[in-house]
Amino acid sequence: MRDFTYDRAAATSDAVASASDEGASFIAGGTNLLDLMKLEVMAPEKLVDINRLDLHDIEETDTGGLRVGALVSNSDLAADRRVRRDYAVLSRALLSGASGQLRNKATTGGNLLQRTRCYYFYDTAMPCNKRQPGSGCAAIGGQTRLHAILGASEHCIATHPSDMAVAMRALDAEVEVEGTDGARRTIQMAEFHRLPGDTPAVETVLKAGELITAVILPPPPGGRHVYRKVRDRASYAFALVSVAAVARMDGDSIGDVRLAFGGVAHKPWRDDRAEALMKGKAPSDALFDEAADLILADARGQGGNDFKIPLLRRTLKAALSEATQMGEPQ
Amino acid sequence: MTLHLKLDNPDEENRLDHMAQGVIGTGANRPDGALKVSGQATYAAEWQRPDMAYGVLVRATVPAGKVEKIDASAVEAMPGIVKVITDPKLLRVPAQGMADAAPAQGNDEVLYFGQPIALVVGDSFEAARHGANHLSVSYLPQEARLDPDAVQTERPEGKQSSQGDLDGVMKTAPVTLDEVWTTPGHNSSAMEPHASMAEWDGDRLTLHGSYQMLKYNRNELADSLGIDPKNVRILSPYVGGGFGSKLGISPEAVAAALAARDLGRPVRVVMPRQQVFETITHRAQCRQRIRLAADETGKLLGIGHDNRVYNLPDEGFAEPVTQATPFTYAAENRAIGQEVATINRVIAGSVRAPGEAIGVPIFENAMDEMAEKLGMDPLEFRLKNIPETPPGQDIPFSSNMLAEALRDGAEKFGWDKRNPTPGAVQEGEWLIGMGMASAVRVNMLMESKARITLTAEGATVETDMTDIGTGTYAILTQIAGELLGLPMEKVTTKLGDTDLPPGSGSGGSFGAASSGTSVYLAAMELRRQIADKLDCDEADLTLKDGQAIAANKTHALADLVGETPFEAEGHIEPGDIASKAFQATFGSHFAEVAVNRHTGETRVRRMLGTFACGRVLNEKTARSQCLGGMTFGIGMALTEEMLFDTRDGHVVNNDFAEYHLPVNLDVPKLEVHFLQERDPYANPMQAKGIGELGICGAAAAVTNAIHNATGVRIRDYPATLDKILPYLP
Repeated sequence: MRDFTYDRAAATSDAVASASDEGASFIAGGTNLLDLMKLEVMAPEKLVDINRLDLHDIEETDTGGLRVGALVSNSDLAADRRVRRDYAVLSRALLSGASGQLRNKATTGGNLLQRTRCYYFYDTAMPCNKRQPGSGCAAIGGQTRLHAILGASEHCIATHPSDMAVAMRALDAEVEVEGTDGARRTIQMAEFHRLPGDTPAVETVLKAGELITAVILPPPPGGRHVYRKVRDRASYAFALVSVAAVARMDGDSIGDVRLAFGGVAHKPWRDDRAEALMKGKAPSDALFDEAADLILADARGQGGNDFKIPLLRRTLKAALSEATQMGEPQ
Repeated sequence: MTLHLKLDNPDEENRLDHMAQGVIGTGANRPDGALKVSGQATYAAEWQRPDMAYGVLVRATVPAGKVEKIDASAVEAMPGIVKVITDPKLLRVPAQGMADAAPAQGNDEVLYFGQPIALVVGDSFEAARHGANHLSVSYLPQEARLDPDAVQTERPEGKQSSQGDLDGVMKTAPVTLDEVWTTPGHNSSAMEPHASMAEWDGDRLTLHGSYQMLKYNRNELADSLGIDPKNVRILSPYVGGGFGSKLGISPEAVAAALAARDLGRPVRVVMPRQQVFETITHRAQCRQRIRLAADETGKLLGIGHDNRVYNLPDEGFAEPVTQATPFTYAAENRAIGQEVATINRVIAGSVRAPGEAIGVPIFENAMDEMAEKLGMDPLEFRLKNIPETPPGQDIPFSSNMLAEALRDGAEKFGWDKRNPTPGAVQEGEWLIGMGMASAVRVNMLMESKARITLTAEGATVETDMTDIGTGTYAILTQIAGELLGLPMEKVTTKLGDTDLPPGSGSGGSFGAASSGTSVYLAAMELRRQIADKLDCDEADLTLKDGQAIAANKTHALADLVGETPFEAEGHIEPGDIASKAFQATFGSHFAEVAVNRHTGETRVRRMLGTFACGRVLNEKTARSQCLGGMTFGIGMALTEEMLFDTRDGHVVNNDFAEYHLPVNLDVPKLEVHFLQERDPYANPMQAKGIGELGICGAAAAVTNAIHNATGVRIRDYPATLDKILPYLP
């Protein structure tokens, strides 16, 4: 581990000012950053500890939603009565991730900013455009079980590992950030994470020094909430494919449906076209297949992850059947 | 006095069954248990010295080549760095089990990605690790052999055997099977990583390490350093799991010793998890071809078992995949063979029941499939083909309770409720299936010594034998307590110190029987000394609760011992017994699984094993051994797989996040049952090995259950969902 300086912030403005120095990084729960620092995958020169900032609360917003402080732990967020009642997909996504111990430490803001679990990103002997821009991508042509089938580029095929972010994407959450000028702005979850393109090291639209202060959930969407995570063991594994589905029925037809996917792309994946297609129609196997066709039209496997293409379709159909109470798909 | 026994003849006395203390066989708690759970048992990586330095090994990042230059200057200039050690005595690989001599050494040539080539020593672990991350090494790369499927193989003459005409019977038999399976690389995955703290006192080296077989490890370490073994003391009183990975001395020990000698201060070297994956022995990826031929009644006529494994150049070890095949089932026509490839990949060696761990489950997959072809119940098919005597040998089994274990397991599990039609049972979105397999593992006895000192306060058992989490402390305490008539708390067992009499070490499931027999012999010698003092025959002596009873008179043992402690050594050596009977342990595995019909995820719902392994010395620790084996069976069946990059041979998933051992949620209710058995050919305790039996076959019960649930035959382990998905509706 490289030596670093440590600065404990007393106010968000201090934190932002301190973190705008070159080579600085915020630290909250540290469940991902500390591992990466030990391996020197990340080597910040300065850590700005934000754990004492007043960002630990979950508050109701004027519009009937929830404002989740960036330092609310994953455990607390999952257990919050309002979240369990009105945003069950979020609670379920959180509980499907990591372990009890990690969820106690991991924070809402940190979860959004966790790095990919690509094996090659973790090994400093391997070229990785995300770790060392311009060095190449060792994952392409290597072991790709964890890797993306959607939105990848020739520079990076990594996936975002978060479950929480997938549910937030389905819920149309917004990320509130504070910048160096002291002003706060909100960023739609849809825009918050980036696709790799030719700059895979740039993972979000955050500017230097910007601090996540909260995640804002819009008013409850109603409907049935399903989070289905498919993985290589029963617990403590990252998603091969995950589906967050929220569906509200309008009589026999689908009134509203939201779908987001994890484990398949560099960001939580969502496809408006598939949702639009299903709205107002009666749930059916054929309809779900049509939705899957749209979502997977540009899907591309890397060999070791080709199975994710049929797996996404099957998981999507199972989740939609459950959310629309259609019964078992055929 | 030493009581020495060379085991040439079966035991006729079964003395342990005639003792009075009543502690042997019970599920007594481990004497070391409280120390371990309260953090008072000091493991190798926890040893501290005031002036201790910290070493971190540097790995090679090419699969083959020459090391052109190691430029230590930049790293040595870093703050906190003491020195970069590039001694040619650094180990390239860990020693194989019972090597008794140094493994390959030298850092001029690289044979695999991950090979240690230098040690960076710092005043803190963090400084040393930072230095190790930045050491500049240049290589002259050479062409490497990286894909075991793409390189030439050899067929060692000693690894091929045949009787009758298998090719012929495969053509003529009414029912045949000829299929190929593959299993991936496995890592031992002991929770405690490899760690050593070395300190010198003049010419004498003391190493606090984590090792399984100290008498060999001492010689391996001494040979690696070029010093007299008499000047080496290794201490491994507590070992956080071995599973084969700590059989031989490994690079961190030699590096720590070299650095400590060079710097004149103690040095501790702990391998990070990634290094354990990249440097320590793994189970080679394996390809197995099974051929079976049977008549219409289900009688096997032919058995063929061929396999392909690999290792580094000049490594003699080849996974003994077919070890159980010659004697598990009868058939007149047989062919067994092995091919070995030489590749540039981390060393292959003993991992959790080498041989049977993968050989038995694949054979049991074939048996399941053959039973289906025959239209027979898989249980009946096995029962029909159990041999009376070991095929091709003119000696009997010492004991063989395979049939009893199969019947017992079937009854307790409810095998009769299995629907034989694949895919017929569904609960919601889950497809339910049941599977079974035989469990088989050879049984061995090794030379072992132990000493017992009996004082007025109680007895002390001493040997360099190790407890790698298996329960050695408990069982040796129980054996001494039973024979000397002392409650557990009056017996102190000291282990894991090369200054003590050399035991068998822990490996191959032979530790309890071998080391236990040496304690048994020492205790029998003490019984003779006590009998002498009472002027009676040892056979007429009853020892219980610290009292000696002879000729209807009771004496306090403490009074008999008085001021001068009684001392005795026990020494067991394997003799001619192997020529008189063939020894193995047997059992059965049953599993029920649920396979998700949408996603192909498999979850084990329950699992049951019945085992016959001679006398059970401690019901609780024996059961724990079997639970662990069955858990690893679940891992082998469903989740565990070392991923290699065939472009450079490196281990891609080198941590516990991505090398998937089963977690709690993967392991449902496991049931373990033992059959009452005594095996007089095994040793005077009539106990056999148990550490590895639980894994041998376990994975097949799970994968056979997957077939029953879905109709899918898993040919390529592990049974991850992508292998099942294409066949789901």
